[in-house]
Amino acid sequence: MSRTFVGMPPFPTAARSSTKDGQLRANLTHATHTIRDKRAKAVAELDDWAELREAGKRIKDHTLRHLDHYLEQLEASVTAAGGQVHWAADAAEANRIVTELVRATGETEVVKVKSMATQEIELNEALAKAGISAYETDLAELIVQLGDDLPSHILVPAIHKNRSEIRDIFQDAMGRWGRPAPEGLTDRPAELAEAARLHLREKFLRAKVGISGANFMIAETGTLVVLESEGNGRMCLTLPETLISVVGIEKVLPRWQDLEVFLQLLPRSSTAERMNPYTSTWTGTSDGDGPQRFHLVLVDNGRTDTLADTVGRQALRCIRCSACLNVCPVYERAGGHAYGSAYPGPIGAILTPQLRGVESELDASLPYASSLCGACYEVCPVAIDIPEVLVHLRERVAEGGGHRDGHRVEGAVMRATTWLFDHPAALGAVERAAGAMRGLVPRRLPEKLPLPGPAKAWNDSRDLPELPEESFRDWWKKREQRGSGE
Amino acid sequence: MRVALFLTCVNDAVHPRTGRAVVALLERLGVEVDFPAGQTCCGQPQFNTGYRRATEPLVRRMDEVFRDYEYVVSPSGSCAAMVRDNYPRIGAKAMAEGRGSALADAAGRLVPRVLELTEFLVDVLGVEDVGAYYPHSVTYHPSCHGLRMLRLGDRPLRLLRRVKGIDLRELPGAEECCGFGGTFSVKNPDVSAAMGADKARNALSTGAEALCGADNSCLLHIGGTLRRADAPMRTVHLAEILASTEQEVYA
Ligand code: SF4
Repeated sequence: MSRTFVGMPPFPTAARSSTKDGQLRANLTHATHTIRDKRAKAVAELDDWAELREAGKRIKDHTLRHLDHYLEQLEASVTAAGGQVHWAADAAEANRIVTELVRATGETEVVKVKSMATQEIELNEALAKAGISAYETDLAELIVQLGDDLPSHILVPAIHKNRSEIRDIFQDAMGRWGRPAPEGLTDRPAELAEAARLHLREKFLRAKVGISGANFMIAETGTLVVLESEGNGRMCLTLPETLISVVGIEKVLPRWQDLEVFLQLLPRSSTAERMNPYTSTWTGTSDGDGPQRFHLVLVDNGRTDTLADTVGRQALRCIRCSACLNVCPVYERAGGHAYGSAYPGPIGAILTPQLRGVESELDASLPYASSLCGACYEVCPVAIDIPEVLVHLRERVAEGGGHRDGHRVEGAVMRATTWLFDHPAALGAVERAAGAMRGLVPRRLPEKLPLPGPAKAWNDSRDLPELPEESFRDWWKKREQRGSGE
Repeated sequence: MRVALFLTCVNDAVHPRTGRAVVALLERLGVEVDFPAGQTCCGQPQFNTGYRRATEPLVRRMDEVFRDYEYVVSPSGSCAAMVRDNYPRIGAKAMAEGRGSALADAAGRLVPRVLELTEFLVDVLGVEDVGAYYPHSVTYHPSCHGLRMLRLGDRPLRLLRRVKGIDLRELPGAEECCGFGGTFSVKNPDVSAAMGADKARNALSTGAEALCGADNSCLLHIGGTLRRADAPMRTVHLAEILASTEQEVYA
């Protein structure tokens, strides 16, 4: 397994091929529309949803404002409960810490609970380099891993695959990773699930080390919380001797009681369930029960920089429910891979460029990967104003973009337009000139014309509007001269 | 009552018919309409593309031009939303950058007075039946800014339902973005075109003669998509339907 998101092309380039992949579009449209309709129903059942959303937002904002305090409290509670806390400034440090912790156990295999943080830092690849095999145990993650693919959705990483594609992957790859797929496997969901169960059971029973993330960490008790639907995560959290949890620092919550808000917000927003099927909590170690060694690796990796940005920091409220992906028309057409990071969709478009910076062409393209339609903001259970952050980040790209020719030209055009708009007389003259030449503007430009980028992009699939003979401004002036009322 | 028409730059240059329709409609309802000639553009293209500082002269201009009017009415949800949502942000950022409160004050003066056309009709004038006659089949696309930023709700539909002779048809997937998004349509042409094609397909499935919207930018995009496909459907601004009567056709 060697694929990573590093070095992917910018969003518009990646999206060009995915929008043309009919099977991918069909798979995505079906899956996102099904879940978005279910979510809308599940949310409509609660008449205090707006209050819950506001409470979620407030708790997260409060915690982020006092993050240093709650993280220290968390460290003290985890340590008191028998765990050990490690701090990682960036992905490389986090990977080094985890690798050393696994090495110290003498093991070369680990089982993993689905975790966004470990994907963000590309832990599996780092472990592989150190000769350690990391087995994903979430069904969808397993599919992605066996298929030597990358996840394309936060909650349903294999959303872009259909049943028969999954069957082929199982048949091809299971044998290379452990127990092979049963002979004559069909694409019936029950058979596919059974094949995965048998394959994974071997891994659970053999593993001495488990690696997880966490949805929440409670500062006052040192408790970590994972929500999942299959129960496979719970196996990894209880069977191994050593448990290593890798978590972003923004996942901390002050009190146990705060969970009451998020355990309502998260399942309804993500899987459209009233209650989450498997909610596991663990607090340090207990003699003779569960893992006897527990390590918590707290990952920064760009989070404190994000926190310093007064507009952008709201992205750290995210609870990774993926509701914004499921309603996003751009995600639906482009697919998750086009976003080039573990976080696709609207949240990826604002989180990734903040965590990684906007220096690469891909990261600079992400804030523009939205039509600003606002559907993401509307569904977000912690009210992250994603369109606001997108525009805010575009400013960062446009201003820091001196080295990028595209933005230099664009900036000049934008300033020239402002000048024109600030001089109504000149604007009127331009409109009159355009009106006079309207006969010369064809509705469809010739295919082979060497058009500048924007005109070509427009012309490829749309006709240009017909220009009117007379602008409104001129019509109004004449009417005034005639005396109003015509 | 005297109101200022904020027509917006796209309507002025490309869709003057919409402006003439708004004038006819409001005058028919007894409103005196003024078109202050100093108006140009709200700055949305620059702002949304990341050139916030370039929009500041336009915020000042909007404030100067419309300062004397109780209401500023615009037939474009996205431009009204630009003023209401983003001008305060522009003002706040300028303040945070230590450049005084002039822009924030300008925003504060504009925000409560800038209304989208259907808000003005329903909320201020208190009318739903504007006395229009339009004997055609129509399906309505609620643009994202009207729907989610201005929260226009069913105001446009309430107005349309009272139009005599109209055959109003429900648009499947109405609340989905058409894919225009200003510079989005040129920066991400493939995704934008795919979204436009889906919107056009949904509109055509209604079999209506016309697709109606309250924002000509979206209509320009969807209309361009429909024309490229030589589809038997035209686009029409809501104001043009509301302005039409048995005596006079605006759309
Ligand atoms: S941004 Fe909001 S909607 Fe999107 S994944 Fe995060 S919490 Fe969910």
